[in-house]
Amino acid sequence: MEHGHTKYPIGHIIGFLLSLAMTILAAIVALRSGLPKPAIMSIIGVLAFMQAGMQLFMFMHIKESDNSAVQIGNIIYSIIIALTIVLGSIWVMHN
Amino acid sequence: MSDHLDTSLPLEYQSEQSRLNIFGFWIFLGAEIALFATLFATYFVLSGMTAGGPSQLDLFKEKDVMIETILLLVSSFTCGLAIFSMRNHNKNAMLAWFIITLLLGAGFIYFELHEFIDYVHEGATMQTSAFLSGFFVLLGTHGAHVTLGILWGILLIIQVVRNGLNPVTSRKFFIISLYWHFLDVVWIFIFTFVYLGGLIQ
Repeated sequence: MEHGHTKYPIGHIIGFLLSLAMTILAAIVALRSGLPKPAIMSIIGVLAFMQAGMQLFMFMHIKESDNSAVQIGNIIYSIIIALTIVLGSIWVMHN
Repeated sequence: MSDHLDTSLPLEYQSEQSRLNIFGFWIFLGAEIALFATLFATYFVLSGMTAGGPSQLDLFKEKDVMIETILLLVSSFTCGLAIFSMRNHNKNAMLAWFIITLLLGAGFIYFELHEFIDYVHEGATMQTSAFLSGFFVLLGTHGAHVTLGILWGILLIIQVVRNGLNPVTSRKFFIISLYWHFLDVVWIFIFTFVYLGGLIQ
């Protein structure tokens, strides 16, 4: 378990600025870029997953406990279930 | 609870009980991911079924969405700063950041309720169409989680003011921070796929 007793929350500030940048970039791509819809959805989808992953590691400290391997495994498994439910439903209902 | 603090570990990881509580909360978050996945799936499948009522483009307003998103994003950051202060054993800074977090959360709820009331005035209620049923259930579940988080947070603040920062209260604060960050993660997906996806021409 690692935790630095730094006086300055540099990791949080970097995480926050990156989140803000990704949010604004996603809004600009979606609302101002004029790209075709599938291209926009792909770009903002990737940005959303990047931002979610960053929150897990930089804000939620998912890696730091002794149980981190099981924790990460559990969350990855939940994400697989989530993707199966969401993409599966969309796929089934559009066929 | 042992009185001997292991200084190589943060306060919230001192006892086996606390480590298991935190671990158990991660398992709960896994279940929450599945819950929100079913609501997202319902919304995506029904999002085109407006039944003659208003569509996403008629309802969603860029400005409102950006305000709500920024409020929740900043609150996730200040919540992180609260835990950072907690690990530096700075109780007052932790409480200050945590109170700011809850106020930003309350601001988010205010704007979200405002948005819902606007929609209802425009004739877009939960009964109007399948799209709006899915929308209000997904957003309402998220908003209810944020509201619950605010109430939970107020109770924890009272506990820390009364009992101080000890291994038990710090474990409780660490767990609510996980909950709060998780709600911001859910909002990232609502913002991206519900709002931005709905606003694309």
